Amino acid sequence: MVHGEAWTIKEFFCYPNEYIYWTIQIVMYPFMTGLVAGAFVLSSLYHVFGVKQLKEIARFSLVFSFALLPVAMLPLMLHLQQPQRGIEVMMTPHFTSAIAAFGIVFTTYALIVASEIWFVYRAYFVETATALGGKRERALWERILYLIYRILIMGAWDISHEAREKDEKAVKIVAATGIPVACFLHGYAGFIFGSVKANALWMTPLMPVIFICSAVVSGIALCIVTYTVTMELQKMISARKRQQKPWLPSTDELKSAEVLVVTMTSKYLLMFLVLAITLEILDLVFRGYTALKSWDILRSVIYDKDFFKIFVLQYGCGNAIPFVLLLLPRLSLKRVVFSSLLVLMGVFMMRWNVVIGGQAFSSSFAGFMEYRLPVWPGSMELFKEGLFGALLVAITPFVLFFGLTRILPVFNLKDSP
Amino acid sequence: MIDRRDFCKKALLIAGGMAIPLSALELFDPKRLQAEKSDPSPTRWAFLVDTYKCVGCGFCVKACKIENEIPYDANVTRTWVERYIVARDGKTYIDSPKGARDGFTSPKIDQGVEPPAEVRNEDIEKAFFVPKLCNQCDNPPCVQVCPVGATYQTPDGVVLVDRSWCIGCGYCIMGCPYGVRFFHPVYHVAEKCNFCYHRISKGMKSACVDACPFGARRIGNLKDPNDPVTRVIMTERVGVLKEEYGTKPQVFYVGLSREVK
Repeated sequence: MVHGEAWTIKEFFCYPNEYIYWTIQIVMYPFMTGLVAGAFVLSSLYHVFGVKQLKEIARFSLVFSFALLPVAMLPLMLHLQQPQRGIEVMMTPHFTSAIAAFGIVFTTYALIVASEIWFVYRAYFVETATALGGKRERALWERILYLIYRILIMGAWDISHEAREKDEKAVKIVAATGIPVACFLHGYAGFIFGSVKANALWMTPLMPVIFICSAVVSGIALCIVTYTVTMELQKMISARKRQQKPWLPSTDELKSAEVLVVTMTSKYLLMFLVLAITLEILDLVFRGYTALKSWDILRSVIYDKDFFKIFVLQYGCGNAIPFVLLLLPRLSLKRVVFSSLLVLMGVFMMRWNVVIGGQAFSSSFAGFMEYRLPVWPGSMELFKEGLFGALLVAITPFVLFFGLTRILPVFNLKDSP
Repeated sequence: MIDRRDFCKKALLIAGGMAIPLSALELFDPKRLQAEKSDPSPTRWAFLVDTYKCVGCGFCVKACKIENEIPYDANVTRTWVERYIVARDGKTYIDSPKGARDGFTSPKIDQGVEPPAEVRNEDIEKAFFVPKLCNQCDNPPCVQVCPVGATYQTPDGVVLVDRSWCIGCGYCIMGCPYGVRFFHPVYHVAEKCNFCYHRISKGMKSACVDACPFGARRIGNLKDPNDPVTRVIMTERVGVLKEEYGTKPQVFYVGLSREVK
C-alpha cells in the first residue's frame, strides 16, 4: 500500500498521487514547539520584565519548557520515512528550505534554555552538593545525585552574594535573548507552512505571527494546568507530612499563593488569546474579501466540510467560551483550569485545521480529501502516524518533566533568582 | 613554559589563521569560475504534449510504470492522463482511474463517489484528454524546500531525487502545485518523473514518448533551435500549467483548455 492511502479518502477529482502526507504527527509538531515557546515566554515574563507575581510559575515553566524541548523533535522523527537520516538536516542543511534552519534554531534555543536553567539552579546545585558532600555515608541514590550535581556545577562553587547577583544578571540576559529565539523557533514553524505557495490555505505571511501568538497561548495554558495539578499533589503530600512536621506551610497558605499565581497568569493568557483570535479572523476575512481563484474550494472546506472543527471546536469551545469564562468576575481556580484546558484543545484544533485542513482539498481545486485518523496500530506506519503515536508524543514531556524535577526541584526553593 | 590559557589562545589563532587561506581556495575555485562564465550545458530538456492527439489509451502510463519500476498496482504514478468531459449544463467532470494506466474503457466517470457520474453522449459539449507529468520547472519549488538537498536540478534542467539522501519528510510533495511527487512504495523516499533521465542522457526518448502511438508526447532540447519540439514551442501557440505559481514549467501543451486543472 502506498504511504497515505490507509487514511485518505478522496472525493471528486484529486490528482492520482495526492494523499494526506502530513498527518497527526505534523499536527503534534507545531503544537509541541508551541508549548515549548509559550512556556519559555511565560518564564521570561518574570525573569526579564520582573513580573514578581509570576516567580513561582516562572521556574516551573522554565523546567517544563526544557522537558518539552526534546519532544518537539519526536513527532518529526516519527513522521520521517527515513528517520535514520534525520540527522542530515543538521549535517547537510540546504538553506533555501525552511526546515533546514531547524537544526540551528533548535540547538540555539536548547542551549539558551539549558544555560538559563544552569544560572537559575547553580546556587541550589552548590548547596545540595555541599550538603551531600558533608555527609559521612551516602545511599546509592545520594551518591548518584552527588555525582550529577558535581558535574553540573562545572567547578563554579562560589555562592557568595556577589556571585549570586552575577547569576541573576546572567539569567536576565539569557532570558531576554531567549524570547526572540523562542519566537523565532515557533514563528519559523509557521513559516514552514506559510511559505508553501502550492497550498492555498497555508500560504499567508500572517502564518508565522498567528503561530507565535497561539503558541504563547497554549504554552501558558499548559503551564497553568500542570502547575495547578502539581500544586494539588503538593498539598496532598504536605497535608500528610504536616501531621508529623507542623512547621510546614499549611494547605490554606499554599492554596492562596496558588490562586494568586494562577489568576495572574490567566490575565496574560487572555491578552495573547485576543491577539491570536484577531489575527486568525483577519486572515479569514481577507481571504473571503479578496476571493482569489482558490477561495471557492477554501470556502467549501472552511464553511462546509470543516465547519464543526473550525467554528465549533476551535473558535467556539477553544476561544470564545474560555474568553468569556476568564472575563467573568470572581475567577476561581477550577474555572481557570477548565478554561486553560479548553484553550489547549482550541489551539490543538487550530493546528489540526491548518495541517489537515490544508490537505482537505486537492491542488486541482476540484476534489476533496478526508483524513481518517488510524486508531488501531496494525502496522508500524499506522502506529507512527496514528492515535497511539500522537499519544506517545503527548505523554513523553510529562515523563521527562518528572525525571527532570528529581534533579531540578521546582517548588519550595528559597532564594534562587 | 606555556600555560593552558595561552595554549588554547594560540591554538585557536593558528586554526583560524589556517582557515582563511583554505576558504580562499574555495572562493576562487577556477573550475567553477570557468563553468559559470560559459553556458553550463548545451541542453535544456522540454516536453511537448499535443492534447488534440491524445486518445487516452494509457500506453504511456503503462510504459512509464514498467520502465521506472513503480509497482504496477500501486495507486501512484509518475505520469498520468486526465479525462475532461464538459457537459451542456456547464459542469466539468474530470477523472483519471488508476492514473489511466488501463486507458479509459468506460463512459462512467470515476470520482470516488457512488454512483459514478455518467454524461449522455448528446449532452457532451466537449471532451478531451490531458497527459500529465513532471514539469521540470525552471524555478522548482520542490528543490527549494528540500531540507537536505536530496532533490536537485541538473544543468540540463531535469529535477532528480537522490534516493540515498532523501529523508522522506514530504516537504517537496507539499511544495509541488502539480501533484507529481509521491513516496515510492518500495524505497520510501520521494519519487517523481525525471523525463526518463537514464534514457534521454543516452540519446533515447523517454519511455512514454516511445510508447505513445499517436505522437501526442514529444521531448526535445530547447537550446537547439532546429529541434522540431523547440520549433513548435517557439512558433506555435502553446500553454503551460499553473503559470501563476511562478514555477516556470517546461512541459508545453498544445490545445490547453481553461477547464484543465
